[in-house]
Amino acid sequence: MSAEVAEIVQVEKTAEPLFSKKNRKLISNPLDIDNPITVQVLGVCSALAVTSQIKPAFFMALGLTFVTAFSNVIISFMRNGIPSRIRIIVQLAIVSVWVILVDQLLKAYVYDISKQLSVFVGLIITNCIVMGRLEAYAMGNKPWPSFLDGLGNGLGYGMILLILAFFRELFGGGTLFKGWDFEWKVFESMGIDYQGNGLMLLPAGACILLGIIIWIQRSINGYREAH
Amino acid sequence: MDLINLGIRSIFIDNMIFAYFLGMCSFLAISKKVKTAFGLGMAVIFVLGVTVPLNWLIQEYVLNPGALAWLGADFNDIDLGFLQFIVFIAVIAAIVQLTEMAVEKFSPALYGTLGIFLPLIAVNCSILGGALFMVGKNPPFNLAQATVYGVSSGIGWMLAIVALAGVREKMKYSNVPAPLRGLGITFILVGLMSLGFLSFLGFSL
Repeated sequence: MSAEVAEIVQVEKTAEPLFSKKNRKLISNPLDIDNPITVQVLGVCSALAVTSQIKPAFFMALGLTFVTAFSNVIISFMRNGIPSRIRIIVQLAIVSVWVILVDQLLKAYVYDISKQLSVFVGLIITNCIVMGRLEAYAMGNKPWPSFLDGLGNGLGYGMILLILAFFRELFGGGTLFKGWDFEWKVFESMGIDYQGNGLMLLPAGACILLGIIIWIQRSINGYREAH
Repeated sequence: MDLINLGIRSIFIDNMIFAYFLGMCSFLAISKKVKTAFGLGMAVIFVLGVTVPLNWLIQEYVLNPGALAWLGADFNDIDLGFLQFIVFIAVIAAIVQLTEMAVEKFSPALYGTLGIFLPLIAVNCSILGGALFMVGKNPPFNLAQATVYGVSSGIGWMLAIVALAGVREKMKYSNVPAPLRGLGITFILVGLMSLGFLSFLGFSL
């Protein structure tokens, strides 16, 4: 079932405009106050593992957004027919179909990225963002809002991934967009002799960096947590 | 001797959490108290110890190119590799569900401490990650190695979550800047602990 079909069905059923205020919030909230990584603490594994360069992080974000959005739509269509006792296995089956699709597409068109992401493409299946959104949103909402919710959360995840990858690649290797044609050797072009910071390339560096990003984000939006 | 090496290597050097950062979601969410962390850790050891060898058998006799040859010569050139994800996750989810039912029936006491964690484990990245890493090993594992790998990866995961829970219990008494409290400081802690675990890299076994 494609998104267009979901859209048409939705238009016929409700008079609500496709991008009503409520629906726009579904996309914008995950980017800030409801961010899947920094607030809901979902999908952290891959956020740390694939962000040593921008290019793999970008494709990972793309893949996850695709999987989240479309599995949300399908589960939302099926939501009244799934017995609650076996819902997890049903959800996993549907998610893994989309993940297989993403995996085969990556293998076909960007093979080097597929090698670089290794097991982490497969691990999208158990990425808590996908399961979390299916459980928390798609099981109780109509297809079109579910699609937007999946899209929004995928983008929120992608945003954090790209921020992490930006700093890690910049300070870890001194380059930006490595692997693309428009690769930019930042420090070299400024005439600075830069020695790459190995800590940034380790997952440990990503962890500490993510802690700092959360610190900054929460200082700005005022979100607080008890101990 | 080879197996002991592999076990120690997967507990300390290739630690699921500190080297690969797999299973972080439940790692961060359930690490507030040592007792619950220990319960979840035990469940992970068990599930990894069962599913990794099981998935090894499936990979060996069903999914590998030509693995279906035991069905007859007609099946010699069939490659079901693309079904890997869906088969692995189905096996994991089924085992978790079965375990939950069995534990509930035969040992209510254990179910009380472990049961609530079991559904969580089906979606723990470290379980599927363990299976996928096991397949990618070069030279390929045999069944005994796969079992040892599964169990000791689980032990490594449990060590990590219990250690983090211990530190977080003590964190209550320290004065952390308000926006950093909770998740932020936990990430920095995990980063530092991971640096500590890097020192095991120097060990030659």
